[in-house]
Amino acid sequence: MDAWWSYRPSDLLMFSPAIYWRLFESLNRQAWPFVAALLASGVLVGMWWTRSAGSVQTLDDTRAVSAQAVRDALAGSARGAAALMALAWLGVAWAFFWQRFAPISSAAETFAGMFLVQAFGFGLLALSPGLRWASALSLRTVCGLALGTWAVIGHPALAALFGRPMLQAEWLGLAPDPTALAALALLLLLDAPVQPFTRALQRALWLLPLLWCAITSLTLWTLGEAQAGVVLALAGVALGAAALRRR
Amino acid sequence: MQRTHYLVDTTQPLTRRATLTRLAALSAGAAAGSLPLRSRAAITTAPVTRPIPSTGEAMPVVGLGSWITFNVGQDAAGLAASTAVIRAFLAGGGKMIDSSPMYGSAQDTIGHALKALGGPKTAWSADKVWDGDLARGTAQMATSRQRWGVERFDLMQVHNLLGWEAHLPRLFEMKTAGRLRYVGISTSHGRRHADVAQIMGSQPLDFVQLTYNLLDREVEQRLLPLARERGIAVIVNRPFRQGALPQQLARHPLPGWASEIGCADWAQVALKFVVSHPAVTCAIPATTRVDHVQQNLAAGSGVMPDAALRARMAREVAAL
Repeated sequence: MDAWWSYRPSDLLMFSPAIYWRLFESLNRQAWPFVAALLASGVLVGMWWTRSAGSVQTLDDTRAVSAQAVRDALAGSARGAAALMALAWLGVAWAFFWQRFAPISSAAETFAGMFLVQAFGFGLLALSPGLRWASALSLRTVCGLALGTWAVIGHPALAALFGRPMLQAEWLGLAPDPTALAALALLLLLDAPVQPFTRALQRALWLLPLLWCAITSLTLWTLGEAQAGVVLALAGVALGAAALRRR
Repeated sequence: MQRTHYLVDTTQPLTRRATLTRLAALSAGAAAGSLPLRSRAAITTAPVTRPIPSTGEAMPVVGLGSWITFNVGQDAAGLAASTAVIRAFLAGGGKMIDSSPMYGSAQDTIGHALKALGGPKTAWSADKVWDGDLARGTAQMATSRQRWGVERFDLMQVHNLLGWEAHLPRLFEMKTAGRLRYVGISTSHGRRHADVAQIMGSQPLDFVQLTYNLLDREVEQRLLPLARERGIAVIVNRPFRQGALPQQLARHPLPGWASEIGCADWAQVALKFVVSHPAVTCAIPATTRVDHVQQNLAAGSGVMPDAALRARMAREVAAL
């Protein structure tokens, strides 16, 4: 074999843009009830965080009871969000990569494996001690909410924006790109846990969504699709917002 | 006075039937004098053929590739479009269809089309083995036959020379046993030409597949002359640089000499340049469109540029 660096991305691209986008059309035709459930779950997660942050802020202000106690009480919704995210990554691994992408790409099994690992990671996070929402409205959490909103309703709208039928829209939990962006949004909305294991796991869960954003951006760029820049830019925003946490 | 540069391929046996077909086509062409140039160029005469050196079997110079275009998965519209392309290709006198297990679902798509078309006898199957391991490669070839729905392949090539040391002896055994008709190797993008030359010089190959087009002409120096010397048929991949070449050239007006050789657009110029090289047996452009396959077949018929015009074509395109 020749040295791998002598190959260009276009040498490795196996499918046309038309076929790629029609994979989502096929998926959406079969899974539209699932799409509705995922939309509802996205809204639910946003509401959980808003209520959680609002409650803690109020209680912190009044100093009536320990804010920590409230956070603990609301930790269940953070666990629920992590569990939903695990299901979303599982759904993409199975319904998109395994069922539809595999016939046209030899890399599909690897990507399915990536998404399964991430699903396992979010599942583990849902069970980990010390998981909780970030308690205050800040630039980081605002970015998280905005990115989550984008993943749930903004990203699917790109289909129409770029002249494709809405039947080819990419939905959270079925398509990899909005699912990766939603994962980054969720991680921005979570607080830094005190427990070393949970903290390490939460940090590790950034890797695969960011890696996928890079892979999909390269793929879309090679396909000549203008929306390649959108995913990369949003991943950059998420990384920037995450860096704010450490200041 | 401008010199006219063309020749008619003389390697094709001029049978009575072929002569009548050409005369009929010429009449049709004359009658179509009022048609737009692009339509006139799509009117085909009998396909130009070249003999496969090891047997003398005639092969139309324009074949059909399947990289990307036939990788449609289970997409119903994609399968229907691919079937239409293969139907038009065979109806237009095309023969060689080339694929590989590396091309995703392309083999399944071809199998789907051939089944839908009732297993046409004129389809000439060229595939590849793409695994460095002999046992896995052998199993892969069996799977490929199932996907195509053919009993045996006409041609089996070692894809990108992967595991060629192990595969070639097995392929020659299969050829001797009548389990395939021809043996070859393939490369693309100008890779490993030194190895390709070494194998061409030492192995009794029937075919070699390589990249050649108006801009990628390195093979003219060594591999194409070696193929003629060794009596090896040449299949050309990427004659359009995966569609980029005609797109790149479309910014420029078509030169006057293009109409002399019956070309209505840059794609036909690019294809005619490739298939008119005397060492080339067949080029395998891939497409998803019936009109494009018809235009490709039209480029593989009628007059061909001679050596002087070929040199001019390469020179002028390189200068654009």
